[in-house]
Parts: sequence; structure tokens; C-alpha cells
Amino acid sequence: MCLAVPARVESLNPAASTAMIDLDGIRKEVSTQLLDEVAVGDYVLVHVGFALERIDAVEAAKTLALFAELRAQDAEG
Amino acid sequence: MKYVDEFRNGDTASALARLIRAEVKPGRNYRLMEFCGGHTHAIFRFGVNDLMPENVRFIHGPGCPVCVLPAGRIESAIRLAEEERVILCTYADLMRVPAGSRDSLHKAKARGADIRMIYSATDVLAIAQANPERQVVFFAIGFETTTPPTAAVLKIAKAMQLNNFTVFCNHVQTPPAMMHILSAGEAGIDGILGPSHVSAIIGSRAYADCCDKYRVPLVIAGFEPVDVIQSVLMLVRQINAGEAEVENQYTRAVSQTGNQKAQALMQEVFEQRPMFEWRGLGSLPESAVQIRSEYAAFDAEKRFNMKEIATADIKGCICPAVLRGVNNPDECKLFGTACTPEDPKGACMVSSEGACAAYYSYGRYRETTGTT
Amino acid sequence: MSRLDIKHGIIEMGHGSGGRASATLIEELFIRHFDNSLLSQGNDQAAFNVPAGRMVISTDAHVITPLFFPGGDIGSLSVHGTINDVAMSGASPLYLAASFIIEEGFPLADLEAIVISMARASKAAGVPVVTGDTKVVERGKGDGVFITTTGIGIVPADVDISGDRARAGDLIIVSGSIGDHGIAILSSREGLEFGTAMESDSAALHTLVAAMVADVPGIRCLRDPTRGGLATTLNELARQSGVGMRIKETAIPVKAEVKGACELLGLDPLYIANEGKLVCIVAPEDAERLLTIMQKHPLAQNAAIIGTVCTDAQQMVVMATAFGGKRVVDWLAGEQLPRIC
Repeated sequence: MCLAVPARVESLNPAASTAMIDLDGIRKEVSTQLLDEVAVGDYVLVHVGFALERIDAVEAAKTLALFAELRAQDAEG
Repeated sequence: MKYVDEFRNGDTASALARLIRAEVKPGRNYRLMEFCGGHTHAIFRFGVNDLMPENVRFIHGPGCPVCVLPAGRIESAIRLAEEERVILCTYADLMRVPAGSRDSLHKAKARGADIRMIYSATDVLAIAQANPERQVVFFAIGFETTTPPTAAVLKIAKAMQLNNFTVFCNHVQTPPAMMHILSAGEAGIDGILGPSHVSAIIGSRAYADCCDKYRVPLVIAGFEPVDVIQSVLMLVRQINAGEAEVENQYTRAVSQTGNQKAQALMQEVFEQRPMFEWRGLGSLPESAVQIRSEYAAFDAEKRFNMKEIATADIKGCICPAVLRGVNNPDECKLFGTACTPEDPKGACMVSSEGACAAYYSYGRYRETTGTT
Repeated sequence: MSRLDIKHGIIEMGHGSGGRASATLIEELFIRHFDNSLLSQGNDQAAFNVPAGRMVISTDAHVITPLFFPGGDIGSLSVHGTINDVAMSGASPLYLAASFIIEEGFPLADLEAIVISMARASKAAGVPVVTGDTKVVERGKGDGVFITTTGIGIVPADVDISGDRARAGDLIIVSGSIGDHGIAILSSREGLEFGTAMESDSAALHTLVAAMVADVPGIRCLRDPTRGGLATTLNELARQSGVGMRIKETAIPVKAEVKGACELLGLDPLYIANEGKLVCIVAPEDAERLLTIMQKHPLAQNAAIIGTVCTDAQQMVVMATAFGGKRVVDWLAGEQLPRIC
């Protein structure tokens, strides 16, 4: 359910509540109506032409760090 | 792709899978329901199943909006297009889903109905503006992820006084369906992989009641394969420890409270629907939303005085049991014979997220022999 | 002096009636731009001498929305498409025939742009359009313009390429990145528009094929993975030859933009159309040499060996995923549509 992909915000059009997002060279205008705040450089989850939520870079890094930790655990295993 | 490729790393997946194998108790089974079709799709597309030990089993849930939409709702939409001659706009996912009597939106379009596939809910507004002399209906489906965009366009339509635009609302809610499956108890679920993007909207706290009431652990899991495998590890650990907590693996997108702006927008435009029929699950109270009276002018069910159409289940099709997690697709008599992706009988064979389509498309290589 | 008002004019029913208006259209548009002696003779057919040996013929109807897209248009596409179908037998294409079905009201300026593009593609390929036909249908009964092209060619004496010749152990080569055409088309389709520098890969592949068969005449199968993409072509060849195929996802060239667009729209690059790529199946001992030859050609610099042919009673195409799993690469059910779930 609910295909949503993380894409980078390239520019904002606050008047229209839209953002231009980029996904590896693919640019698409999406609505930012569902977000309280969004800035250029943020990654947002795009679903049916709407930015659903911002990706939390700190949390993503934590998850990746945890992966690394678990891999170390496995290697010791 | 940032935030995608890192979470598709095969080596990380193998390492996490080895930890799972080391931690599962040989004597017991771990029946894990992935609620979402997105997870079903990821599990099959990436071959996550192959990495799991024998006693970890994925039970496929009802979280595929096109799969749970009753055939009668599709027939109603076809009638709007054919009898009321509206421009019917919908997401492409719905086009091939069987309505009753071997019909579908795709076939209705071929017969001449004006049915248009859209990518975004906002596209429907543009179509309505471009066709002021026609009635334009948005056949809206989806869980809490897809509901806020519909709410957003309803709000815009009202502000614009767009009087040729209405929504045929079929938005459904995740927690009630989950509660229903757990209360029925027939799927024998030991743990739940919770939705990714639904949870981004409704927040992780929305599942607290499920876990408390039915003593089942739930881990909100991202849709990438390493997310899924890590979530399985988290579930295995909870099950081994006898815990039943809501945990959140997908912290990069899901908070405890979710997207409150989106929630407020949904609240403003939609209200609880007393009863809604789900394909497979039957009529469930308070499991879907309807358009508030303030927006009644934009409610297709009211404008066109739409009546519920009851449709009989397809003979031999066990989609209902598959959607409840009771049966696997390959236990269906029709699977792969009378029901294939080319000629689907049940909804689960249509969507690439449907359990049957996923089994059919991705699972069959296990049966091949003589591979080199 | 021109009797056609190209700038403002539109196609009218009279342009297809066979009368003076038809003749004017043919002379001032088709004969003028296609510009070759066989067509200029003004006959309803083209007569020419043929060399000895095996000839091939192929025909392809071209319908596309939008008619003009990044990297091409229906005109160039209708030339490349048929040249490629002829070339996939290993043949050198000789001549093309073209038939147009045009909708009443279609702007002459657009038609001229299409004809010029077609003429340019045919001249660049060295395969002239030597005969043709034009019909006009009432407004609402066509989609602007449909073009059917038919091509003929000559197969070199020692070449025997056919979809049923793949054998277990053979290697599978693809000539370059997949999905470029389909994504370029989608990017300009109404309601779906997205920005990209991606262009269609539409190209005539006959010179590539000529270089390939000159060095490895024993090539078993050639096919251009157009509609239905690479996945469909591999399944077709597997079924025709009664074999299975095992491919590696990491070996298949896919541009980042194509991957990005596919993630965004819920599509799979394996099923996206190509118009300037070919799939080749070749005996293992010839594969490396052939690959080197292909990579020297400008249209196949990114050619890659993507998998092997195997014995498989079920004739399945199975892919080892980049992630480390395996999955069946099945036939496409219906058309591939963008999805939300």
C-alpha cells in the first residue's frame, strides 16, 4: 500500500504550496500542503503528487548506524 | 537514490537474517502478518522470504486498498460513468480490478465510458476546470496515506466553488481493520509488521490499543527490504521476551504523533463512516471515512444519490480468506489456473501488491527445476 | 509556388480523396522531402532489381502519444522501428514503404515536421522511402496521425538469426541502457509531466547489426526490446527456443533517471519500452569478442552481458536481484500503468 519515495526538495513555491522535487534527475512539482515546514535540501516522501512527510536525516543516520552495529554483532557471532 | 539504496543493501540484509536465524527458537513458529501490500511487494520483489528461517512465516494482510474495495463500489463507479455520463477519474491501480460479472473500469472505458487515469488528486481539479460543462467525479481510494491528498483537493474545490467536481469517497482506516483481524483470531498471528506510510500520517501511537488488547507485538517497518528484515528481528526479540509493544523501526519518517497537519485536514473534511464493507472482511463499523456535511456539495454519493450495490463473491475465489491471513494464495483452487494476472478473478491477483499477484509473479521460480 | 499553406493549413478530407488536393499534398510534402528517384517516378509502386539471396520483409504500425517527444517524434520512430525489425534478422535494410492515416484537421505544419523528421531519419540510415499511401479519416476517428512502415532487406549468406535458436549455455547481451524511450514518452504525457533531460533512444540499429554479423555470423537471436521492454523480449525468446534464462540485475544497464522515474511511478524498468536497443543471444565462445565489437559502435557503448540461457522446462526468466534474492521476470499482464500502491 501507498507507494511513496524519498526525493530532494530543489525549490519551493510558497504561494502555490508546491515544491519542485528531484529524484536522480527526475523533477516533479508536488504539493506541500500537508507539511508544516519544508526547506530546500529536505528529503520528503512523495505520494500521489503530495509531500507526505519529511525524512528525518538524524533518525535515518541512527538506523544506518544500528545496521552497522548489527552487522558487527553478526560478524562476531 | 538516497534513503533507498542504503536500505536495499544485500550484505546488511544477509547479516541481519543470520541474527534472526540465531535468535529464533527452534521449537516454535513465528507467524508475522505484514499488514501492508507494500511490504508484501517488497518481500517478494527482493526475495526476503529466501533469507528467513523455516519457522518465520509471513502472513499477508489486507493493506492493499484496491484489494479490499468491494466489487459493488466499482460497479457503482462504472454506473456513474455510463449512466450519469460523468468523467470518472481514478488512480490507475483500480482499472483492472474485477467488478461483478467480469466487468472492470478498463472494460467500461473500452465500451466508451469517459474514465481517466490520474497520477495526483490535484489532476482531477485541472480536469474539472478544463471541462466546465461536464460533471467530474474523483473515484478516491486508499488508506490514511492517500486520504489527506483527497482532503486537500476537496478543500481547494470548495474554496474555488468548483461545482462540477465531486468525490466518490472510499477511504478506509488501518487500525480498525487490524483490530478486526486480531479479534477474529483465525490467522494465528504472533507479530505484526506495521504500515510505513500510513504510520507517517497517523503516528505510531495509533496502534497502542491493538497491542494492549490482543497482546501482539507490532513493529512499524519501512518498505525497503533491510527495513523489513530489521523489523522481523525486532519482532522475534519481542516474541521471545513475551512482550507486546509498539516499536518503530521506520523512525526516519514516522513519529509518535504522525503528521498532525494532515490529520487536521482529514478531520476538517471527513468524518467517521458508521459502517463500511471491506472485500474479505465484511462490513466493519467505524472503519472508513465519509465526507462531512459541510462538504456535502462535493460528495458524489449525495449528488448522484448513489445506492449501495451488493455483489456476490466470485465462486471458488478465496481472496476473502487470503485478505484475513487465513489462507495462502496457492491454496486457492483458481490460483494460477482460472485466475492469473492476465485474467484475474479476485482482486488480490490484480494489484502488484495483492498477495496472489505477488505469489504468482515472484514466487514461482521455486517450482522451476534444472536451473543452471 | 507552393499551393499548400503549410503554416496555417490543416488536413481536410479532400487531401485523402485521390484528387488534386491529394496530389498536391503528395508532391509538396512527401515527394519533396523524401526526395528519391523511385518515389519521384510517381507510380503506385516502386520497382527495383534485387540481389540474390534471402530477403526479409517486416511491417510496423506506429501510434504514439504524444506525437512529438524528447529525442524524436512519430516520423523518426516509424523509420527506426521498421529498419530495426528488418535488421534483427541480420539483414541490411534496402527500402521502406510508408502509409499515413491522418485525421481531418491535423495541422499541416505538424505533418510537415513529421515528414521532414522521417526523411532525415531515412537519409541518415541510407534507407529511402520509395512508395507510400495517404488516407484521411474524419475528425475524431484518428489520433492525429498513424504511420505504418514496411521495410525489406537482404540477409548475408551465412547468417541465420531466429528467435528459436537460443541454446542452454548461450549468453545474453543487451546493447545499452534500458527504459530510456518509455520514460522519455511518459515524461511528456499529459497529466504525468515530469522534468528530465532523458531522451528517447530511438535509433536505427542496422549498422550495429552489420558490424556484429560481419564478425560473428553465427549469432543465434537478435530482437529489439520495444513494447513490453526487456522482460517481454526475454520471455518471447525463451518460449520460442524452449529454454529458460537466468539474468543478473546488477549487470543490466539502467540510467539513474530511469530508476528514479520508475520508483516515483511504481514502474519496473524491465518492462519499459526501448527504441534503440537490441538483445542478442550468442554462443559463449563468441560472446566476449562480440561484446567488444558492439562496444566500439556508438549505439552500443554500454553493451553488457546480462545473463545466460539454461535448460528449463517451464521456460522461465529468473533474475538474481541486486539485493541477493531471486525473482521471476514474468510476462507483462495488461499494460504497465503508474501505480499508487
